[in-house]
Amino acid sequence: MKYRSQKVAYLFFALSMALLVLQIIYGFIMGFAHMGYDVLHEIIPFNAATATHKNLLVVWLLSGFMGAAYYIIPEEAEIELFSVKLAKLQFWSLALVGVASVIGFHFNWWEGRKFLEIPRPLDYLVVINVLLFLGIILKTLYSGKKRTTTAMVMVMGLVFAALLYLPGMIWFDNQTIDSFFRWWVVHLWVEGVWELIMGGILSFLLIKLTGVDREVIEKWLYVIVGLTFLSGILGTGHHFYFIGTPKYWLMIGGIFSALEPLAFLGMALFAISMYKKGEKRHPNKIAITWTLGTAIVSFVGAGLLGLAHTLPSVNIWTHGTFVTAMHGHLAFWGAYGMLIFAFISYVMPQLTGRKLYNTNLSTYAFWLSNIGMVGMTTALGAAGITQVYLERKVGMDFMDAQIAMEPHFMILIACATLFFTGVIMFIVNFLKYGTPTDQALVKN
Amino acid sequence: MLSKKQAKLFFLGGTVVFFLIFIGLSWHSLSVEVPKQTHEENLTEAVIRGKEIFDSNNCMGCHTILGEGAYYAPELTKVMERRGVGYVKAALMSKVPWAPKGRKMVAYGFSDDEANDLVEFFTWIGNMDLNGFPAEPDLKNK
Ligand code: HEM
Ligand code: HEM
Ligand SMILES: [Fe+2]
Repeated sequence: MKYRSQKVAYLFFALSMALLVLQIIYGFIMGFAHMGYDVLHEIIPFNAATATHKNLLVVWLLSGFMGAAYYIIPEEAEIELFSVKLAKLQFWSLALVGVASVIGFHFNWWEGRKFLEIPRPLDYLVVINVLLFLGIILKTLYSGKKRTTTAMVMVMGLVFAALLYLPGMIWFDNQTIDSFFRWWVVHLWVEGVWELIMGGILSFLLIKLTGVDREVIEKWLYVIVGLTFLSGILGTGHHFYFIGTPKYWLMIGGIFSALEPLAFLGMALFAISMYKKGEKRHPNKIAITWTLGTAIVSFVGAGLLGLAHTLPSVNIWTHGTFVTAMHGHLAFWGAYGMLIFAFISYVMPQLTGRKLYNTNLSTYAFWLSNIGMVGMTTALGAAGITQVYLERKVGMDFMDAQIAMEPHFMILIACATLFFTGVIMFIVNFLKYGTPTDQALVKN
Repeated sequence: MLSKKQAKLFFLGGTVVFFLIFIGLSWHSLSVEVPKQTHEENLTEAVIRGKEIFDSNNCMGCHTILGEGAYYAPELTKVMERRGVGYVKAALMSKVPWAPKGRKMVAYGFSDDEANDLVEFFTWIGNMDLNGFPAEPDLKNK
């Protein structure tokens, strides 16, 4: 750590981990419900569980991104953060919005819009919160000595992500238009601007961990984010096939979304080749493992498993089935979950001065969580194929097909237990680091 | 070899070009085609009230509609065609959890008016031109 103010990042990572645990607990509730044990129905009906699961996911990822930004931007701009006090205020308001919306979901206070369930009054709080965050980050960046490509790409991603939240807040009477703009948020986030945030964080990590020249890394960063927008913007069309939007989206969405895996392939090749090229070997091996891991698993989960159902001829059968959920899990985990784990693994020794990397605990955390998640993806995929075949192809009644799928949810829960064990080990390791201290400051 | 400057140009140029195309297509879709495909002329007050009920209770948290939502309960796009008014209203107005094959729906106990609004909403959704979704089961015994 080079600047005292970077310590504030820790709060965001701690919140991130706490919300992840809660997200997983709600995942188990849904897994059991799908197995036929909807025992909590009276207190936590399925729609409350799913809204909580999806929103906690978004909030813990955003909290992780914010923490990463509070660490990266001072270091790249070579200046203390504009205001630690305001950053803390922003932190508490983020935690407040997160907790308030989750509580609200349990009292039928929400909007029925997948991933954007946060009720309107709290949306305004989100906007204020994000404006405060962006204000602190931009003020820091523009008062600093340097504006590196890494920092600029990351900040551009954060600013666009904030702007794209706005179309999701407008009410439309027409369900199709409502859904159209919901995708401006959800799709253009995960397959657009979040990839800029991912590219920026990845490039920062690779510069620190491999010692490869910044100019080389940042050149490839431009190429990757270029590919992202080239494919991802019109790729939004893969959500406009069957919702009451015109037919030309079938062709446009099909072609451009089929190109989207290129950006993720780019991330994977980028990370691997920089790792091979690097002469200096950073001692924090587990951070390197998570960094390579996120680059590779995002290509598989988002790139390949996205490609698997992105062509209209396939999607007409799989649209809105467990095939989608299969892809959603490995994509979110690989691209964004593992990215935050990579960053935390790198940053904790920097913040605390303790070197708890390369412990057995951290190694098992990596393997258990990833093996568990691959197993979960397989179970969801098996459920999805069963569902497509029985319900969509053979025309079996919805519930009869669901009952036939129950065994896959038993496997899902078994694999989720492995996954959860890995995550808990990671968090135990995280807690063992303790809190950040000024003694970890290094003079450059 | 590609220089950093060229890479930057590729990124910025590509972004601007594809963003503009996307805005153009979105505008065309929403102003010209969507009103036709969704039969906006039939978007009555009752349909809108139905959508509000659907939205404020997060029905999408269990069901899919237009193929979007959660996968715990049946697709509702063609529910009127599949079940008819009587069945749908019974499920919506039930005071105990509706659970035909063991899986429980929340017991909303909607009033007759609310149930009618939802029926209007589903009817409107069911008449949209969805480019062939949901497909006819092609392996069904005829
Ligand atoms: C990190 C990147 C990605 C993440 C986090 C992600 C996540 C998701 C999620 C959560 C959904 C379900 C959304 C909903 O129904 O509300 C979804 C749908 C979809 N994704 Fe991705 N995805 C990513 C990248 C991709 C890529 C690169 C492709 C294509 C090559 C792709 C293809 C699709 C398709 C076709 C659907 C629609 C499925 C349906 O019709 O039900 N995704 N994605
Ligand atoms: C113990 C772990 C987990 C379990 C048991 C679990 C289970 C589930 C279940 C049953 C659903 C609902 C499917 C439905 O609509 O009926 C779901 C949805 C979802 N979960 Fe998880 N989950 C877990 C962890 C995670 C993690 C770690 C992530 C992200 C990194 C995640 C991301 C998602 C997403 C994006 C959806 C929406 C998918 C869609 O509708 O297409 N889950 N999960
Ligand atoms: Fe998408």
